Amino acid sequence: MKRSETRIAQVYGWLLLLPAAVLLIAFTHYPTVATLVQSFFSSGTATRPSAFVGAENYRFMVADEVFWKVLSNNIWYALGTIPVSIALAVLMAIWVNGRLPARSVVRMAYFTPTILPMIAVANIWLFFYTPEIGLIDQIGGFFGLPGHNWLGDPDTVLGCLIVITIWKEAGFFMIFYLAALQSLPPELEEAARLEGAGRWYFFRRVTFPLLMPTTLFVLINAMINSFKLVDHLFILTKGGPDNASALLLYYIYEVAFSFFDEAYAATLTAVMLLALAVIAIGQFLALDKRIHYR
Amino acid sequence: MSHLIKRFLGAAALAAVLALGQWSPAVAKVELSMYYPVAVGGPLTKIVDGLIADFEAANPDIKVNAIYAGNYNDARIKALAALKSGEPAQLSVMFAIDIYELIEQDAIVAFDDIVETEEERAWLKSFYPALMENGTTGGKTWGIPFQRSTIVMYYNKDAFRDAGLDPEAPPATWDELVAAGKKLTKTDASGNVERWGAMIPSTGYPYWMFGALTKQNDQVLMNREGNETFFDDPDTVEALQYWVDLGAKHKVMPSGTIEWGTLRQNFLEGRTAIMWHSTGNLTVVKKKAGFDFGVAMLPAKKTRGTPTGGGNFYVFKQTTAEERKAAMKLVRFLTQPERTAEWSIKTGYIGTRPDAYRTKALEDYVATFSPAAVARDQLKFATAELSTYQTGRVRKLLDDAIQAALTGGKTPDDALGAAQKQADRLLKRYR
Repeated sequence: MKRSETRIAQVYGWLLLLPAAVLLIAFTHYPTVATLVQSFFSSGTATRPSAFVGAENYRFMVADEVFWKVLSNNIWYALGTIPVSIALAVLMAIWVNGRLPARSVVRMAYFTPTILPMIAVANIWLFFYTPEIGLIDQIGGFFGLPGHNWLGDPDTVLGCLIVITIWKEAGFFMIFYLAALQSLPPELEEAARLEGAGRWYFFRRVTFPLLMPTTLFVLINAMINSFKLVDHLFILTKGGPDNASALLLYYIYEVAFSFFDEAYAATLTAVMLLALAVIAIGQFLALDKRIHYR
Repeated sequence: MSHLIKRFLGAAALAAVLALGQWSPAVAKVELSMYYPVAVGGPLTKIVDGLIADFEAANPDIKVNAIYAGNYNDARIKALAALKSGEPAQLSVMFAIDIYELIEQDAIVAFDDIVETEEERAWLKSFYPALMENGTTGGKTWGIPFQRSTIVMYYNKDAFRDAGLDPEAPPATWDELVAAGKKLTKTDASGNVERWGAMIPSTGYPYWMFGALTKQNDQVLMNREGNETFFDDPDTVEALQYWVDLGAKHKVMPSGTIEWGTLRQNFLEGRTAIMWHSTGNLTVVKKKAGFDFGVAMLPAKKTRGTPTGGGNFYVFKQTTAEERKAAMKLVRFLTQPERTAEWSIKTGYIGTRPDAYRTKALEDYVATFSPAAVARDQLKFATAELSTYQTGRVRKLLDDAIQAALTGGKTPDDALGAAQKQADRLLKRYR
C-alpha cells in the first residue's frame, strides 16, 4: 500500500515535469547532442550523402584562418565590453539609487537602450558612424576635426561595435545592481558613517563585496551575451572589412546559411558551446569563494 | 411528417450536389506554390499578387499560392527546407547565382526538359543573352530571368556644373573618371573633404561591384561551368588596383570600405558627386534627390561592363508532369512582353527581353525617363554575376580579398592570389 502510494506520487511528479522536460529535450538537449554528432560527419548533398569523417571537420577548423580571426575578435570584443559595461552599470546604479531630482526619469533614460531591438539600434548607429554625413563626423567637423571612416577601417570597426554593445547593455545590468543596492540594509551605511569610513572605503569594503552575487550573475550574462549578440553585425558591417568585425556566432551563421556547410557549422558550434561551458564553470569556481551570500 | 422528411432529404441531396459541384473542379485544379523574395523597396508583394490574380483569372484550372519569403537568402533557405520536409514548392524565384547550389542539391529541373513544342524552345531564346548567362550551365537552361538589375552610375549634375564639367558628358572611361573625380572633389579651408568625386560601395556586395570593374578590363571572374575562378588573372588584379587607387592614390574616393547601405544617403546629401549603385535605387533617388541628377553607363577601360544581378525562376524537380506544365504556363505568363514591361515600369527592374522594350507602355516610359534606357543599353556589355559551385564560400573569399586591398591590409596582387588559391582548393572536386 505504502509503496504503491509513493509510486503514484512519483508518477505524478514525473507527469508534472513532463511538459517542461519534453520542451527542453526537444529544443535544447536533442539539438545540442545532434550538433555534437553532426560535427563528426561531412555535409551531405543530394549527390554526395553525409558520411562519418572523424575529426576531419576539427582539423579543417584548426587550419581555417577565418576561424582564428573571429575567435580573437570575439575575445577582444568580450574584454572590451564586459568590464566597462559592468563598471558603468555599478556607477549608474549607485547614482540613480541616491537622492536626486527626477530619479525615475533618469532611471528610465538609462534603461531605454535595453528596450530597443538590436536591429533598430544598429540602424541608428549606422548613421552615427557613417563618414561625412554621420552624427559623429558632423560633431567632429564642427570642431574642425577631420572625418573618419569608422566602420570601413579595420582598426576602428571592432571598437565601434564595442561602444554600441556597452551602450546597449550597461543599462540592463544597472537594473540588477539597482535591485541589489536596494536590498542592502541602510544600517550598514549609518554604522560606517559613525565609524568615520569614507565613501570610497565604504564602497570598496562593504557595498561591492555585498554586490558580489549580482556581479557573478551579471558577469556570466555579459560573457554569454558577448558570444551570442550578433544582430548588429548584419546591419552594420556583415563582419567586414576583411573579417575585422566578424564574431564567432556570425561566422557560424555564415557557414550554415550562406555556405550551407552544416557539418562545419556544427563543429564551430560545438567549440563555442565548449568554450562557454568552460568559462561559466570557471567563473563559478573561481568567484564562489570570494562571494558573500547572505 | 413524411412531407417533412421528404423536404429534409431533398435539401440534403441538394446540399450534396452543391458540395460535389464545388468539390469536383478542386480535384482537377493544379495547385502551385511559389516562393519569391523581395530585395528592393516599394510595394512589390502587391504587384506580384496582382500579376498572380491576372494569371488565375486567365487560367481557372490552376491555383497559385505565391509566398513572400523574405530576402534572397531566406527564399533559398525556405525553398530548400520545404524540399527536405516533403512539402516542396513547385517553382520559386531565387537568386540567379544560386544555380550551382540548386543543381548540386538536385533540387531543380532544367527548362530544356520541360519545354515540349518548338515554340516553347524558341521562347527560351527570347531573353537578353546577358541575363541568361547566370541561368545556363552545361548546355542547359535552369533559370528564367525575372527580377533582374544591373549597376549604373548615378551622378549629380549640379556638382558637375559647380566643378566646371559638362553635365551631359559623364565620364566614359577609367581615366576620365579619375580626371572628373579630381575636379569634383572639394575640400574646405582646413583640408577636410566636403564632397568626394566618386564612391563605389565595398560592403554588402563588393564582389558585384568588382564584377563590373573586371568586365570593364575585359575579364570575367569565373568560367561558365562554375568550377574555376580567374581571381589572380593580371587583368583582374589591375581592376582591383584601379579601385584601390581611386582612394589611395587619386584621392577621389574615401579610403577604407564604403558602406552599401548609407551610400545612397551620401549621394542624396551631395557628399559624393558620383555613385555606382544598383538600378534598384532608381525610383528612390528620383523621388528624393534635391538636385538635378543623371544616370549613365559605367565607364570603360577596354570595354563597358557590368554584371547582372537579381532573381530567376526555377522549377523544382519534385513535381508531377501536370505541375511542371502549369509552372511553365505561369512562368511564360509572367514573362510575356506586356507583363515584363508592366513589371519593369512598376519596380525599376530591367525588362528581361528585347520585345518588352518594343511594347507601347515601355517605349513611352523610356521616352520620358531616360535612365531606364541606360540600363537597357548597358545590357549589351553585361556579364554574369559571380556564381560558382560552393558559391557562398567562393564569394566570401573574393569579398575578403577586395576589402583587404581597399583597407590597405594587402596588395591587390597578394589578396587576389590568396583568394584564387583557396578557391581552387574548393572547386577542384567539381572539375
